Amino acid sequence: MKQEDPGSIRSHLQSKTLRPTVFWRVAEDIPPRLRTVFNVTSIALPLFLWWLATTFGQFDPKFLPSPAQVLTAFGQLLQSGALLKDTVASVWRVGVGFLGATLLSIPIGVYGCSFASIRALLEPLFGFIRYMPAPAFIPLLILYLGIEEEPKILLIVIGVFFFNVLMAMDTVKFVPKDLIESTFMLGGNRLATLLQVIFPYVLPGLIDACRINLAAAWQLVIVAELIAATEGLGRHISVAGRFLRTDEIFVYLIIIGVIGMTLDLSLQYLMRVSCRWADQKR
Amino acid sequence: MYLQMVGLNKHFETKNGPLVVLKDIDMNIKQGEFICAVGASGSGKSTLLRQIAGLDAPTAGEVRIDGQTVTGPGPDRGMVFQHYTLYPWMSVQKNTEFGLKLQGVPKKIRREQANYYLNVVGLTPFAKALPKQLSGGMKQRVAIARALASEPKVLLMDEPFGSLDVHTKEAMHEFMLELWQRTQITVFMITHDVEEAVFLANRIYALGSRPGTVRKEMAIDLPNRSTAVKRHSRFHDYRDELMDLMRQHGREALAV
Ligand SMILES: Nc1ncnc2c1ncn2[C@@H]1O[C@H](COP(=O)(O)OP(=O)(O)O)[C@@H](O)[C@H]1O
Ligand SMILES: [Mg+2]
Repeated sequence: MKQEDPGSIRSHLQSKTLRPTVFWRVAEDIPPRLRTVFNVTSIALPLFLWWLATTFGQFDPKFLPSPAQVLTAFGQLLQSGALLKDTVASVWRVGVGFLGATLLSIPIGVYGCSFASIRALLEPLFGFIRYMPAPAFIPLLILYLGIEEEPKILLIVIGVFFFNVLMAMDTVKFVPKDLIESTFMLGGNRLATLLQVIFPYVLPGLIDACRINLAAAWQLVIVAELIAATEGLGRHISVAGRFLRTDEIFVYLIIIGVIGMTLDLSLQYLMRVSCRWADQKR
Repeated sequence: MYLQMVGLNKHFETKNGPLVVLKDIDMNIKQGEFICAVGASGSGKSTLLRQIAGLDAPTAGEVRIDGQTVTGPGPDRGMVFQHYTLYPWMSVQKNTEFGLKLQGVPKKIRREQANYYLNVVGLTPFAKALPKQLSGGMKQRVAIARALASEPKVLLMDEPFGSLDVHTKEAMHEFMLELWQRTQITVFMITHDVEEAVFLANRIYALGSRPGTVRKEMAIDLPNRSTAVKRHSRFHDYRDELMDLMRQHGREALAV
């Protein structure tokens, strides 16, 4: 018993009460108005700094074009139709490759993983292939399939498929055992349990996995086009680089970002609409 | 209907050799009984219930329902788990119907049946709500309605009120008794809560730990079942006897 000196430990404690804060809040939301302000700042501030640098700094436009120059280049590319053609080419490749990979990987991931036997068969192989970066397959793909559309689409399929399968498997691992056993007790057979319980339960996780892998697909298409293509966003960047059209490079980079973000936001929207039950907030 | 456990044994293989969880369990339960199996944590209660449910196979012995050996899970035994097991994406109504849907009951009939049992558990106003909008007690009532909708021969419950606060628990006890009297359903419930068991059951099996065995079987005879009965001297006698028994088990378990 430390009865003699009750204050002893207290004299060593550097006790501090948590002070209230707005900016440094942890695991708490900031006021909505403030959030909007920050969100706008997040885009507007870099834009402003860019403008400031090109207006008052002595930069060669070949090195750093001004926002106005980029906007002009954007207008020209839009008018010539080059931008549209390249965008369609890239989006088409991503669309086909990603959709194909998703349609293959989700059933294999979800239904495969539900059975421990199939999981044991697939997991080692896929876990191994996953660590081979998809761009490293490009020489092989060109060797096997030439330089047309097929190798580019297949590259995306490779890059998305293995990750998607493994991520789908992970979502299935977290389905509570009680939920599956309740279904058996209610008279459900294995197939009904798969289709009507496991699948709906993992759907939000699957959409999340798709979001992450869509970003990967979007990167892969650009990489593929940098190497061999006649059209596409990535292709145009590499050509513009050769002719020192920095303004066009900027236009294409921004377009790539905008399209990627739009795809991401649409998947987020899909998630909110189809999986209201999984929403963390009430 | 009768439910029998005959020479039930369950071992688990572990790194340190086999772990005997259930040893020579014999029980006989008749139609319409409300049975509670009471035991300390880790005495093998959940394991016992899983054998009855058919979610796990006994190492030796068997479980019989109407003389038929249980070989797997099925809707003739309604199960309510300790943790909430409602389907979070389905409304209360859809949750209640789901067992019937799995068994191919036409939509109109299963809707009627679900509505009936939602009314029995007093949740008709919440038919359209999602599980996350319900309180813990309401969730368990939906789980009960869902299990009852298939009109099972026996309702199995694994510490169904374990995570509820005292007042909700008390309300659920009264609800359970009312339900039992109204539907004449056979209930086999496991719990570590002695008062809960004495209040609800008409017969109690007290389980000892490591390995889980039936230490005592006790018929409960109380004048009337309402919260007032908890002040009755016989209620205290039953409770104290069981508490002493479990205390003794606890000491033995610690001494090992
Ligand atoms: N699948 C299993 N494998 C190994 N040991 C288990 C398994 N299930 C339960 N046990 C052990 O059996 C004992 C009883 O568990 P359980 O039936 O859950 O007890 P209770 O429900 O009474 O708390 C515990 O010691 C637990 O560790
Ligand atoms: Mg338990």
